[in-house]
Amino acid sequence: MTSLSPSAAALRHAFGDAVERSLVSCRDTIVYVRRDRVHDALAWLKTTPEQTFDYLTDVTAVEYRDPERPLEVVWQLRSLARRADLRVKVALDKSAPLEVPTVCDLWKGADWLERETYDMFGVVFTGHPDLRRIIMWETYAEGYPLRKDFPLRGHFSRAEQTRQALAANPEAHYSLDELSIAEAFHELPKDMRERLRRGERGFLK
Amino acid sequence: MGLIERTPPDDPAGATAVSSISPNWVTTRLDFLTNWARANSLWPMPFGTACCAIEYMATAASRFDIARFGMERQSFSPRQADVLICAGRLPFKLAPVIRLIWDQMPQPKWSISMGACASSGGIFDNYAMVQGIDTIIPVDVYVPGCPPRPEGLIYGIRLLQKKIQGESIADDSLRQEHLVGPSGLFLPAERVDELSEPFGNSVSQTRSG
Amino acid sequence: MTSRTVEYTLGTPGLDEQGRVTDVPLGVGLKNTQEYRLPGQFDESFGAEHMLVNIGPQHPATHGVLRLVIELEGETVIRVIPHIGYLHSGFEKLGEYRQYNQIIPLTDRTDYLSPMANNVGLALAVEKLMDLQITERCQVLRVLACEMSRIISHLVWLGTTGIDLGAFTPFLWSFQERERIYNLQEAWTGARLTTSVTRVGGMMADVPTGWSAGLRDFCRTFPSTLKEIDTMFTRNAIWIGRTQGVGVLSGEEAINRSLSGPMLRASGVDYDVRKDRPYLGYETYDFDVPIGEHGDIYDRYRIRLEEMWQSTRILEQALDRLDKLEGAPLNVDDPRVILPPKSRAMSDMEAMIFHFKQVMEGVKPPVGEAYMGIENPKGELGYYFVSDGTAKPVRWRIRPPAFINLSALPRMCEGALLSDVIAINASVDIVMGEVDR
Repeated sequence: MTSLSPSAAALRHAFGDAVERSLVSCRDTIVYVRRDRVHDALAWLKTTPEQTFDYLTDVTAVEYRDPERPLEVVWQLRSLARRADLRVKVALDKSAPLEVPTVCDLWKGADWLERETYDMFGVVFTGHPDLRRIIMWETYAEGYPLRKDFPLRGHFSRAEQTRQALAANPEAHYSLDELSIAEAFHELPKDMRERLRRGERGFLK
Repeated sequence: MGLIERTPPDDPAGATAVSSISPNWVTTRLDFLTNWARANSLWPMPFGTACCAIEYMATAASRFDIARFGMERQSFSPRQADVLICAGRLPFKLAPVIRLIWDQMPQPKWSISMGACASSGGIFDNYAMVQGIDTIIPVDVYVPGCPPRPEGLIYGIRLLQKKIQGESIADDSLRQEHLVGPSGLFLPAERVDELSEPFGNSVSQTRSG
Repeated sequence: MTSRTVEYTLGTPGLDEQGRVTDVPLGVGLKNTQEYRLPGQFDESFGAEHMLVNIGPQHPATHGVLRLVIELEGETVIRVIPHIGYLHSGFEKLGEYRQYNQIIPLTDRTDYLSPMANNVGLALAVEKLMDLQITERCQVLRVLACEMSRIISHLVWLGTTGIDLGAFTPFLWSFQERERIYNLQEAWTGARLTTSVTRVGGMMADVPTGWSAGLRDFCRTFPSTLKEIDTMFTRNAIWIGRTQGVGVLSGEEAINRSLSGPMLRASGVDYDVRKDRPYLGYETYDFDVPIGEHGDIYDRYRIRLEEMWQSTRILEQALDRLDKLEGAPLNVDDPRVILPPKSRAMSDMEAMIFHFKQVMEGVKPPVGEAYMGIENPKGELGYYFVSDGTAKPVRWRIRPPAFINLSALPRMCEGALLSDVIAINASVDIVMGEVDR
C-alpha cells in the first residue's frame, strides 16, 4: 500500500488549491493544507459520508533541525468504521505568530492535546476554550521545552530552576481568574537572561 | 516554613540548653530504649511518583512484606509519618510538594531516597528533573537501582534502622534543619549547581542529530 | 490559594463580644436555621453553596501524582479540574538526543506498568520507519511480551482499584501473581520492571531454556486467581453499588473524546487495534475482544477481567508456536540494524566493522515519518517518529492513551458524588508516567 489514500484526492477535489501537497511516507498518507482552510478541511473530513474520519488519534507538532524549515502542526485522523488513517499537516512559518484554529468544536478530545502542543511548542490554537499550560506549571518562564532552540537542560542554571520551582505555590488553582500568562524566556531583559543562564557559580560564561 | 530554627552559637541560653543534657549512663540507657522503639516501628510515608512506587508496592505486598520490619501501617498522611520514602523521579513541578510534605512531618523524621532518579536525577538529565532530592530535603539513606529490587529497599530500611539506633537524645543537632536565605533553597545555590552537573555518559549525550 | 485567603477581624471566629454564636465559618452546620448568615467578606467558593476540595498531588487514591480540584455543592460534584504535569520527565525531548535503540530504555519508564509492551511498540515503530520485516520467532516472542504486560498491568489496576473501593485482599492476590510474571521477566531480561527487551529488528535476547515451561505453569494456574477475583467482585453488592451506573460515557462521546482501550470498549465501541489493524500476526490468534454496553465502571472492570482471560489464551497459543519455532532465527539478518554475534565480531573483519559502526553511529532510518499504534493495556499507544536520516529522531511523539483517557474525567464526574470521583478516577486506569511523560 504505497499509493496515496483516496481521501487525499477527494480533499484536493473539494478544496482545490488549499491542499498544498500530499505524499506517502511509510505507507501513511500525509496531506498539507493551507492554514486558513484547515478547520474547514478537518470538518469536511469528519462529516462527509465517504470520509467519516470520526476519531482524532493525535494532535502534535514537529519542529525540524533546519531552522529555516517551517514548524508543522500534525493531526492524525482515523475512520473507525473504514479502518483508514490520514495525517493532515499545516506548515507554519516561524517568523510569523504560530497560530492555527482549534478543532475542539469538532472533537472534544482535542482539548488537552492542543493544550499540550501549546505548552511544549508555543503554538496558539485560536478559539480554544481554555488554552493555558497543562504540563509545566503556569508561571514557568523558560519557554517552550520541545522547541529546537530550547537546550536539553533548560535555559536557567539548576539553582535558579530549583529556586523558581520551590517558589511556585503547590496549592494554586490556576483557574481562569487566577491565570497568569507565562512569560517566555525571550521576553526577559538581556542581562537577566544572562544572569539566569550563568547560575550562581558562573561556570558557563 | 515551620522548621526548627538553629540557635545562634553566640546565644548563651541556647548553649546551656544543649549542654545541659550531656551524655551519661542514664541518657545512653534512654537512647537504647527510644531508638529501639523508633527503629522498629517506623511509619513510612510513601511519596511514590514513578516506577519505584511500583516496586515499593511490591515490597509492601505479600511476598516481601515490609510489615516484618515494623512498617505495617502505611502512613499516607505526612503528619503521622516517621520516614519519607521518595520512590521515583522528582520533577521540578513536584519540588514544592515534597518540601511541603517534609515540612508537615513531625520530628523525629528521616527520609529514604529510593532509586537512581530520586538520588541523582538518573537518566533524566534534562530541563524537567530535579537532579537528586537532596537539593530539596535532607536524605538519610540512598537506595541505588533503576528501580531498586524490593530486597534493595529492605536493605535500605535496615540501614536506616541501624542509623537510628546510633542516635542520641543528647544530640540536638540531629533534628536541626535550616534553609539557606529567603529563597527556600535547602542547599547553597552553588552547591545545587555543583551537585546537578552532568556526569558520566550524559556529558556526550546532549548533542542532538 | 493566595487569592482566596480569608482574614478575620474578631479574636474568636463565630462568636460576638458576649460570646454568643453568630456565624459559623465555611457554612458548616446551621445552614437552614435562623441564626445562620453568611458573612459577606467570605470568598464565594468558601461559602455555603460551593466548596472546593483538593485531592493530590500526593494522595493514595490518585494513582500517582495527579491533582484534582473538585468543586462541590453539598456532596455533588459541580466540576473537576485535573492538574497534571507533576511527573513530567521530558521523555520526548530526551528522545531527540538519543539513538533509536537508546530510546527503548526510556519507554520502560513511561508506562511502567507494562514496560515490555512499550518496548515492542517502539521497535515496531522504528521498523515501520525502516520498512523491516521481523522474523516469525521474534513476532511470537513479542506477542508473549505484550500479553504478559497486559496481565500485569490489569492486575495492578485491579489491586489498586480494589483498595480505593475498600477491598484490600485482592491487592495481595494480584501482587502475588505479578511476582510470578516478574520472575519470568527477570529470567528473560535480567530486570523485574525495566525490561528493555526489544531491539530494532529483533530482541535483546531469546528466552532461556526451560522458560516456556514456567510460563505454561503460570497460564495453567493463573485462572484460579482470576476465578477468586471474579467471585470476590463480580456479584459483590458493595462493588456493584459503587460501580454500576457511575461514570457513564456513551459510545459516541467516547469516540469524540478520542478514548481508547478498555475505556472505549466499555462504551460499546468495537475497536481493538489487535483486531482492526493487526500487527505481530494477531489476526492468526484465536481470541475474543470483550465489549461493554453501559459505559460505566462496572463494564470497564468486566472488560479488564475478561481481557486477562483472553491474554492467557493468547499466551498458550503463542507458547505452542514458540515450541514449533525452536531454533529458528530470532533477529533480522541485516548488519545495518542488528549487531553481529560476538564470536564473529572477534574473528571476522567485516563483522567487526559493522559492529563498530552499529555501536558508534547507531541505526539510521531513511528520511520520512511513521506512526505506529499498538493496543497497550491502557489503550492505543502510538509512537510517531520523524526522521531526517540521522541516527537520532527529529521528533519522537508518544500518543499517550492514559493522558487522553484522563481528559474525559471532568465529563464523567459531572453530577457524581465526591466518593464516586475516586472510583471514576480509578476506572480510567491512569499511570502518571505516561500522562505527564
